[in-house]
Amino acid sequence: MKKKRLKNKYPRKYGEILLGAITWAAALLMTAVLLYIIGFIVYRGAPYLKPSLFSPTYNSTNVSLLPALVSTVYMTAFALAVALPLGLGAAIYLAEYARRGHKVVRLIRLATETLAGIPSIIHGLFGMLFFVTYLGWGFSLLAGVCTLAIMILPLIMRASEEALLAAPDSYREGAFALGAGKLRTVFRIVLPAAAPGILAGVILSVGRIVGETAALIYTAGTVAQMPFAEGGPPLIDVFASVRTLSVHMYALTREGLHTNEGFATALTLLAVVMGINAAAAWMAGRVGKNRS
Amino acid sequence: MNVFDIQELNLWYGKFQALKDVSLTAADAEITALIGPSGCGKSTLLKTLNRMNDLTPDCRITGSVRLRGQDVYADLPVNELRRRVGMVFQKPNPFPMSVYDNIAFGPRTHGVKSRLALDETVEKSLRSAAIWDEVKDRLRKSALGLSGGQQQRLCIARALAVTPEVLLLDEPTSALDPISTGKIEELLLTLKKNYCIIIVTHNMQQATRISDKTAFFLLGEMVEYDNTEKIFSLPRDKRTEDYVTGRFG
Repeated sequence: MKKKRLKNKYPRKYGEILLGAITWAAALLMTAVLLYIIGFIVYRGAPYLKPSLFSPTYNSTNVSLLPALVSTVYMTAFALAVALPLGLGAAIYLAEYARRGHKVVRLIRLATETLAGIPSIIHGLFGMLFFVTYLGWGFSLLAGVCTLAIMILPLIMRASEEALLAAPDSYREGAFALGAGKLRTVFRIVLPAAAPGILAGVILSVGRIVGETAALIYTAGTVAQMPFAEGGPPLIDVFASVRTLSVHMYALTREGLHTNEGFATALTLLAVVMGINAAAAWMAGRVGKNRS
Repeated sequence: MNVFDIQELNLWYGKFQALKDVSLTAADAEITALIGPSGCGKSTLLKTLNRMNDLTPDCRITGSVRLRGQDVYADLPVNELRRRVGMVFQKPNPFPMSVYDNIAFGPRTHGVKSRLALDETVEKSLRSAAIWDEVKDRLRKSALGLSGGQQQRLCIARALAVTPEVLLLDEPTSALDPISTGKIEELLLTLKKNYCIIIVTHNMQQATRISDKTAFFLLGEMVEYDNTEKIFSLPRDKRTEDYVTGRFG
């Protein structure tokens, strides 16, 4: 179909054209930078992405990334398992039960925002002093999980609270008017309506966990091994020191002996993140099926 | 027979008195219309009947509201009261779920689990609300995809699904076009045989078209309450006359 262009009665001003060009250029530049980074990583990493990198054990000649990959999965799952119920619970309290605009609510919100703004290295320092040293857990999966959970708690809490508050009051009224109690209203009506927003918070959190290094080096250590206990999988040794993919990459690059494998790891990490995002988008689509 | 019996009801939001000594009865198989300018307390009165005012902080009430002799603020659990007294809001508020689940939410809340019973209730409620033919092929699709008028009838069906005795409607057609409004009015006239209906409306033609009794409110006070014909043709109070003839409001 041929597009017919409306004749413009007034000539476009130069400023308008300039502004259009600038925004266009900005968008182009953004995309170009992203594509360049991805392209560079693929170019450097792809040739070294060999099956041997996925062998179950890591040693100094074959720097396998599989232990780190498996540890990343566990680290993410456990940190979410700790932070999601807590964060969601807090958000539900703030949005549904606490009196809106109350002093305590504002204080909690302020604390959350502050917590969200703390650099991850400080979380790491706290994790080391408290979990690793004071509680005597040593560099371990558990210490890493707890530190990460604290780190992502504000993200999940804020995202969930925003999502709950965005659910219109008319939903709550409708449910109450049918004789539903508070609990049923919150869990059957408000929470499902807020699910996509909560999911967005979870995605953001996963991104932070997968990309975290500083806080983990201090708490989970850098041992490249599977997090499994003596009996092997599925038994997990939560006191084992592990490294995630990001930490693995950092270690490889810093040692300088396996930079190419570092790029291959980066490529894997990229694929993992994209996979998680795709899965989340698919889930959001399913949850949101009847919501628009 | 009187379903609702309201005696000397006073209501305050904080220091503001929204209802002053209101006494009113509403009977079975009748439509009672509450009219009056904005802020006169008619919606507040409606919300008192199923205790939706409980959700408003700083709301204080004196006087008595009885549903078939039972004090709604003392003798009845609030969720049971709200099951018996259904409510439809000004803006259609279907839940963001399928048509079926919207209707089934109420019965499920009150413990109906059997698939068969739910199917039956859903169909019956949608038929009663005169919307079955329009949605029967899309029961599993989102209720938010319906038009405004359909959504409002869905909300009426949703209220009917928990077998209430009373229907409270808070300006149910003010957000709808004239054709949808006509359908809802027609529907209310059919439903009236089986329910006690109380409707708040801004539209005086609507009150004359469908209601049996009309109460006129002004600044929290019930000025006059009588048969609808009487209110609109021979009002006793000067203020009522001014309002219904369009001199203010």
